[in-house]
Amino acid sequence: MADDKAGLLERVRESVTTAPSKMRKSQFWESVFRPGSPFRAGYTDSPRGRSYVIMNNVLYHLHPVKVKRHGVRLSYTLCLGGLSFFLFIVLTITGIFLMFYYTPSEERAYADIEALATSVTFGTLIRNMHRWGAHLMVLTVFLHMSRVFYHGAYKPPREFNWIIGVVLLLLTLLLSFTGYLLPWDQLALWAITVGSNMGAFAPVIGNQVSYVLLAGVQISGATLLRFYVLHVLFLPFVIVIFMAVHFWRVRKDGGISGPL
Amino acid sequence: MEELIAQAAAATGYPASMVERSAAARAKAEGTTIEAVLAGWAGVEVPAAGAPAPAPAQAPAASAAPAGASMSLDDLASAAAEKSGMPAKLLMRSATAKAKAQGVAVEAVLAEMAGVPVPTIGAPAAAAPATAAAPAAAAAPAMAPAPEGVRTQRLLTVVKSKAIQQVKTEPVDKVNTWPHLVAAEFVALMAMTAFLLVLSVIINAPLLEAANFNLTPNPSKAPWYFLGLQELLSYFDPQIAGVLIPGLIGLVGLGAIPYIDRNPATRPSERKFAIMMFTFFLMGAATLGIIGSFFRGPGFNFTYPWTDGVFFDDLLDWLE
Ligand code: HEM
Repeated sequence: MADDKAGLLERVRESVTTAPSKMRKSQFWESVFRPGSPFRAGYTDSPRGRSYVIMNNVLYHLHPVKVKRHGVRLSYTLCLGGLSFFLFIVLTITGIFLMFYYTPSEERAYADIEALATSVTFGTLIRNMHRWGAHLMVLTVFLHMSRVFYHGAYKPPREFNWIIGVVLLLLTLLLSFTGYLLPWDQLALWAITVGSNMGAFAPVIGNQVSYVLLAGVQISGATLLRFYVLHVLFLPFVIVIFMAVHFWRVRKDGGISGPL
Repeated sequence: MEELIAQAAAATGYPASMVERSAAARAKAEGTTIEAVLAGWAGVEVPAAGAPAPAPAQAPAASAAPAGASMSLDDLASAAAEKSGMPAKLLMRSATAKAKAQGVAVEAVLAEMAGVPVPTIGAPAAAAPATAAAPAAAAAPAMAPAPEGVRTQRLLTVVKSKAIQQVKTEPVDKVNTWPHLVAAEFVALMAMTAFLLVLSVIINAPLLEAANFNLTPNPSKAPWYFLGLQELLSYFDPQIAGVLIPGLIGLVGLGAIPYIDRNPATRPSERKFAIMMFTFFLMGAATLGIIGSFFRGPGFNFTYPWTDGVFFDDLLDWLE
């Protein structure tokens, strides 16, 4: 009897300890992780293995297999471009969360934002993250631009990527600006009023542009809907396309610039 | 000769000039006369004219063939196979083909492969339906390896290696993205997440009273990244402060930087002017932004934040 018990225990222990390696060899596991993945059985930490981790992975869309040694040092890029991108992703996630609770209408907008604090779990936290994340993104994009300038990283062959960067800066500002109106409180209304009044001074096209953006000569409920669509759909769509080209050009222009 | 060329050209369907060129090459390679080759192609009797040039080929080894003479085809094949290390069957096939192409006996080819003297054979081997024309008989039995100095391939063109691949870049010091770069990015990402979470827990986003078109707050300020521009508006005409400076200098000028700054250097000490200009630009923007944010109160008049308080609603929660 005691022997039986010990034998059973032994068997249980064995199947528990071998389960992970069995699982890693299963068809399901191998279909999920492509050859070369460090999660697959038989991965070896060799230069070849390390190359495969990138090459056989979705990461290959963002990174080459090898990068210049100085580019890896945090002190070179300060990761500012990468952080801008990461903040954009955080903003997308928190933004989708907020969209569940927000209605872009004159009657509902303000009440919906107020309700985030009182009747939505983590509502305040997510709203705060979205707001501070947006401010931080404007900041990191700006700092990224400065770091690129001080490294002279806009010089041939990277001139055009700098221009794409300027478009990204403009789009980032526009995203932030259109989002600013959405809470529909006094701060939102009058900051956007002041901001769009500045734009209307542009010669020739100023009034037309302002009319199209505001959906009228003045801010109204129609403006709210217009800014909302621009903010959650149009501008993110456009900025993603420009980011894709931006990253692609970083690769094609020979990777990160430098060393100085 | 002319006539023969014309006949051969007619028979083969190739231009006469090409037929002549290739007959000359063939004759040289096989050690026969041009006429013989041409006659073969044209399918006519070889003209008796001109003594056929003596073939430079080695004299037939027929006279002295002590070893090879007694060997059968199979023996020769296996001897050749042993020497070259290739299967006898393959050698047999290739010897047959070669013999046919050159108009000599299979034995001769095999013997040469095996490195033994060429055996004497009665009738030229049936396997080799030698070149039709007569002089072939004189030249054929002797295996005719291409005479010295004759190549059977032609040089078509010379492609310089540079035209195909240009090595432009010097080798650079690189490291694997995984794990070096990915690890650094992961750390940056976690740090940013932590920072954002802490910030969001301790400071609440502002939410004032509901929008009211009839109640203009005093001061009314733009979002902070436009406050530098709003500050400019209090010095200049709106056409200048609201259009010229942000549009022309801010956007167009910024985008044109790579085309204005033609200095190829990236080392800071070699581009002092560019760095100075950009730093001025940054400082100017920051100064205007800070004044607009913290030193402007009701009526957008100048105030000191430490005497009159801060009029900057973005940080309302934190300031209280
Ligand atoms: C949404 C905004 C932006 C994102 C997400 C972004 C992202 C990135 C990333 C990930 C890199 C790789 C190197 C690094 O992290 O520094 C990069 C490089 C670069 N960026 Fe941006 N960027 C943005 C805006 C800008 C702006 C505003 C400019 C300039 C006006 C700019 C110009 C460049 C240039 C020239 C490079 C190549 C730098 C080098 O090779 O060293 N980018 N960007």
